[in-house]
Amino acid sequence: MIETLVVPLVKIAVLLVGILTAVAYLVLLERKVQAWVQVRLGPMRVGPHGLLQPVADVIKLIIKEDITPARADRWVYTLAPIIVLVPALVVFAVIPFGPETNVFGIRMPLHVADINVGLLYIVSIASLGIYGTILGGWASNSKYPLLASLRASAQLVSYEVAVTMTLVSMILMAGSLSMVEIVESQQARGLWFVFAQPLAFFIYFVGGLAETNRAPFDLPEAEQELTGGFHTEYSGIRFALFFLAEYANMIVIAAVATTLFFGGWLRPFPSVAALGLLDIVPGWIWFLLKTFVLLYVFLWVRATLPRYRYDQLMRLGWKVLIPLAIANVIVTAIAVVVL
Amino acid sequence: MLDAYVPILIFILVAIGFAIALLWFAWAVSPSKFNRVKLEPYECGIEPLTDARDRYSIRYYLVAMLFVIFDIETVFLYPWAVIMDELLLFGLVEMMVFLGILIVGYAYAWRKGALEWA
Repeated sequence: MIETLVVPLVKIAVLLVGILTAVAYLVLLERKVQAWVQVRLGPMRVGPHGLLQPVADVIKLIIKEDITPARADRWVYTLAPIIVLVPALVVFAVIPFGPETNVFGIRMPLHVADINVGLLYIVSIASLGIYGTILGGWASNSKYPLLASLRASAQLVSYEVAVTMTLVSMILMAGSLSMVEIVESQQARGLWFVFAQPLAFFIYFVGGLAETNRAPFDLPEAEQELTGGFHTEYSGIRFALFFLAEYANMIVIAAVATTLFFGGWLRPFPSVAALGLLDIVPGWIWFLLKTFVLLYVFLWVRATLPRYRYDQLMRLGWKVLIPLAIANVIVTAIAVVVL
Repeated sequence: MLDAYVPILIFILVAIGFAIALLWFAWAVSPSKFNRVKLEPYECGIEPLTDARDRYSIRYYLVAMLFVIFDIETVFLYPWAVIMDELLLFGLVEMMVFLGILIVGYAYAWRKGALEWA
């Protein structure tokens, strides 16, 4: 009873609080990084250096009036943000934040569940969120959100193919779909997979930018064309749920990239014994560090690159990334057989 | 075997509960003063004359169909990739045949212009 119910509940509670805090401060970090790139200061008023800005934002979003437009489909309009948010949170269940660790005297793995189809679970659950996006755009019964949700879905499915194809080469390397075993296989080889599969990482990262609608692929939210994206009609708390899910998805992409390509909880150069001193730092700190470095790259890319045009976006997805991904799978398969 | 999925089930229930609780709490504390103009769909200040759900480009359907085909073929590769280190040459040859058929189909779609957006 305690093992099957209480322990997971405690882990889920800790994880949920962690995700919410991370999302709140990721938004602040994004505003700060954008500001620094543009030689501004960013939020400075609320708390020292704007550190309490996320708290103010959350309070504002909760006490704001939540409008349902007159022509909207009431039920679907309310359901859409929930459909977007739930998968974005549930994906975190299989992400291993660290090796077995002593937590208050009990040996405990730092993940909610280790299922043997972990990677497949992530791929399938993460793409469920698109239902919420398209239902939200449709239910608004407004032109801009509808166009944006169509764009978002077409974009997501285009890059989904390249990303799932790329992950095949990672499975070939690890010989397993379990997230824990993928990290352990990197430990056994003493090698972060990014060094063996740089192309796969590149495809995964570009696909990740596109799937989370981040710049330079932020066409579903192109303010100059669509005013706000699929959530133009949303306000108050239901907008907050979309917002939360969007940033949670970014964290998922970065955390999965950390697990697959950057050795998860392993320290840098896991095979070099001379760096054994680094083992003092617990695994989960390495994990969070790597995840946030990757998230910083997301923000950096947004501040640097201009937006793609829609036909360029589709061409990149279908005509560049997919052939590259297929070629990468074939080369990896041959390498597995030969070596 | 299925025990590993119990925490995930709990997580799904907690996540749904969290989302609903948040909505309920916000609705309890936020104001609601409605008027007709406020509830109109956003259209840069112009009153919408027609329903927004108009016909849209056929290309979206095409992309969706291509996605279904390619994504299912990719999912077939997953179990193969897991046991590749046991199948070795046999697995390699067999999957090259499968990928060959996939690539022919891909090249056909490319030639027919199905991958063009403009």
